[in-house]
Amino acid sequence: MSILMVNEYADFNTLKELLGVTDGNLASHAKALEAEHYIMIEKQFIGKKPNTRYMVTKEGRKAFKDHIDALEKLIQKS
Amino acid sequence: MENYLKDIQDIKKMMDRSSQFLSLSGMAGIMAGIYALIGAYAVHRIYDFNYGSYITLESTSFKLMILIAAAVFVLSVVTAYILTLRKAKKQQETIWNATSKRLVINFLIPLVTGGIFAVLLLRNHYYGLIAPITLLFYGLSIINASKYTVRDVRYLGLTIIAIGLVATAFMGYELEFWALGFGVCHIIYGTVMHFKYDRNQ
Repeated sequence: MSILMVNEYADFNTLKELLGVTDGNLASHAKALEAEHYIMIEKQFIGKKPNTRYMVTKEGRKAFKDHIDALEKLIQKS
Repeated sequence: MENYLKDIQDIKKMMDRSSQFLSLSGMAGIMAGIYALIGAYAVHRIYDFNYGSYITLESTSFKLMILIAAAVFVLSVVTAYILTLRKAKKQQETIWNATSKRLVINFLIPLVTGGIFAVLLLRNHYYGLIAPITLLFYGLSIINASKYTVRDVRYLGLTIIAIGLVATAFMGYELEFWALGFGVCHIIYGTVMHFKYDRNQ
C-alpha cells in the first residue's frame, strides 16, 4: 500500500522486487486488498507478455491515511 | 510502542525506495567535477595559444574545444555509471528499474532540450550565451531529476542555475563560470553526498 500511495501504479515485478516476496505471497495479498476495494488490478498484454498493474483506489487511500493517523495518535499517546 | 514507530518508519522507507533511486554515487559527482576542471584548464590553454585572435568555427582550436567538452561529458557519464553500479550492487539493488528509468528520462528531457538549444545558438552565432545556457539547462535538469533520487541534489541544481544567471549578467567570463558550475560545484556537492550517503550503506 505504501508503494501504491506514492506511485501512480506499480507492476507485479516491481512490487515483488521491492517487497522481496514470492509470486504466490504477493498474489494472495493483492487479492485480499482487492477484495476490500483498496486497490485495482489491471491485467494486459505488452506485446506477447502478460503484465499486471496495481493502483490504489480512493477507498484505499482513505484507509491508508486513517491507518497512518491512527499510528501517529498511538505514538503521541506515549 | 516502538512497533508503531517502526511501522511508520517502514512505510516511509518503502515509499522512498519505490519512488527514489538511491544508488547514485556522490563520488561520481566529485569525479565529474575533476574532469570538468581539467577540461576547463585545457580550454584555457587553447585560449592562450590563440591569444589576440578570434577562434573561428572552422579552426582546429574550436574543434579541439568541442572534443574536450565531449570527452568531459562522456567520461563523467561513464564514471557515474560504473560507480553507481557498484553502489547499487553493494545495496543489493538493481541499477535498471522503474525508478531509475524515471530518473534518467526526467533528467534527459531538459538536458537534451538545452543541448539542442545550445547547438542552434552556435549555428546562429550567439556564442556568448552558450555557456550560461548550458549551465541553466543543466541546473534545471538536475532539479527535475532530484524528485526521483536523493532530494539534496536539488540544491546542486539551484546553485548551478544561480551561477548560470550570474554568468549571463557578467558576459565575458564564460569559461570561469563554466569551471565554477561544472567543476567546483560538483566537487563540493559530490563530497557532501559522499560523506552523507555513500558510506553508511
